[in-house]
Amino acid sequence: MSTRGTPGIPGTPGTPAPHPAAPTLTPSPTRTLSLTRTTATAARVLRQLGHDPRTIALLLLIPCVMLFLLRYVFDGSPRTFDNIGASLLGIFPLITMFLVTSIATLRERTSGTLERLLAMPLAKGDLIAGYALAFGALAIVQSALATGLAVWFLGLDVTGSPWLLLLVALLDALLGTALGLFVSAFAASEFQAVQFMPAVIFPQLLLCGLFTPRDTMHPALEAVSDVLPMSYAVDGMNEVLRHTDMTTAFVRDALIVAGCALLVLVLGAATLKRRTA
Amino acid sequence: MMNYTGNPPSRPPEEQTGTPAVPAVRAEALTVVRGPRAVLHELAFTVPRGRITGLLGPSGCGKSTLMRAIAGTQARITGTLDVLGRPAGHPALRTRIGYVTQAPSVFDDLTVRQNLEYFAAILAPGRGAADRRREDVTRAVTDVDLTTHADALAGNLSGGQRSRVSLAVALLGAPDLLVLDEPTVGLDPVLRRDLWALFHSLAADRGATLLVSSHVMDEAERCHRLLLMREGRILADGTPDALRARTGSETVEEAFLHLVDEATTAARAKETTR
Repeated sequence: MSTRGTPGIPGTPGTPAPHPAAPTLTPSPTRTLSLTRTTATAARVLRQLGHDPRTIALLLLIPCVMLFLLRYVFDGSPRTFDNIGASLLGIFPLITMFLVTSIATLRERTSGTLERLLAMPLAKGDLIAGYALAFGALAIVQSALATGLAVWFLGLDVTGSPWLLLLVALLDALLGTALGLFVSAFAASEFQAVQFMPAVIFPQLLLCGLFTPRDTMHPALEAVSDVLPMSYAVDGMNEVLRHTDMTTAFVRDALIVAGCALLVLVLGAATLKRRTA
Repeated sequence: MMNYTGNPPSRPPEEQTGTPAVPAVRAEALTVVRGPRAVLHELAFTVPRGRITGLLGPSGCGKSTLMRAIAGTQARITGTLDVLGRPAGHPALRTRIGYVTQAPSVFDDLTVRQNLEYFAAILAPGRGAADRRREDVTRAVTDVDLTTHADALAGNLSGGQRSRVSLAVALLGAPDLLVLDEPTVGLDPVLRRDLWALFHSLAADRGATLLVSSHVMDEAERCHRLLLMREGRILADGTPDALRARTGSETVEEAFLHLVDEATTAARAKETTR
């Protein structure tokens, strides 16, 4: 505005000052998934978090503090700490990424940026993959810190490779991101979004085998726990805890968690609409 | 895209190139339903290219719904609505329309520049376009006079500054059609004047078509053409001069009131004859 000389009498048509030719950007077509748009979206999400260091600190520190607490709660029974600690390493990323994603996408919907992005050549898959990439990266850091602390400083006794723990944690984080993205479509406000946490996560927490082995539950509940993805996250962690090698059960559990995450991500994509009423 | 340098300003580009003038927007029997009721009733109008068309009318008359329909984000549309020669919402239009909603839609937790960089990367992704993106972002920031605030968080800016960030996003990629929903609301007179000067330069120098909504009638005088709306219908369509002449009024505001009275009387007469 200010650099364009004197624009004549304000608002009078036909008295503009000369303006340099606009640099034109060649538009790219919308594809179902574009790597550059996905990475640009992931970088944007991480930049947003970068302006919010407190959230990052909370995300990274809380799991560590909880594990630390747990270690000394079960000071007298290290076996229990092994069991619960390993399970929690899988559950933390799921819960935190669920919360962060559901709030982040809800904000994107209510602020109008989602509508703006979908009016641009951004594919829904780009947006979802961008979020999954950004929060997946954050989950890796979170899980690495928590796993490192548990295994090397708190004496969590893992028979298998800590890398496998990290892999399951990452898959859990993706599942959490997927679930958060999906439920945010059904929340009209932050209040509702937060309430989806107990609604979606708590039943899984109770039934996943953290409190009692799944095969000792009432058969009806055991059947329910068989179809909940968090059960397989915890089963997978326990496989790593007890076996040196990658067992077939572990591979199955990891694939189920990954498959669920993918399925829910696709469902989440279906909730994004270019046209709204 | 197109090159408009050297064109004499203030004339729509088709007058010079001799190509048949396809209007920027053409609507016929356009109806939009929201919830149980129709918000827009059988609209028929055109928006000429390379000009500023003002969409005026009281709050709640359907201006925003019409703009959303043109931008391709409004659901439940019937009738014809062609934008730049294609049906509204066509994927090919996504880079050619700059749309600014009434509430600024930017990321509050990013700086002005980061906001623009991200949206520019969506419009023209890839490393090859990096230089042009940088130019484009700088130009957009300059256009809306936010150079000194480029590294401030959008959330820390004033309301008027945030709406200018939102406008800057729409200017990225030099779109052919700008759909601006109340872009000057809450701005001081100096900024309002500067923005209107920018709009005129966009139309004259870059050949862009602008559709600008407002409920402030004094802005009408700054437009080349006007669409007056009321209760989901187009009340009148023409240049400000023509509207004033037709109604024998001094200002567009008077002309509008005259037309409203006329329409009300006509409606009453219709009811009594029934």
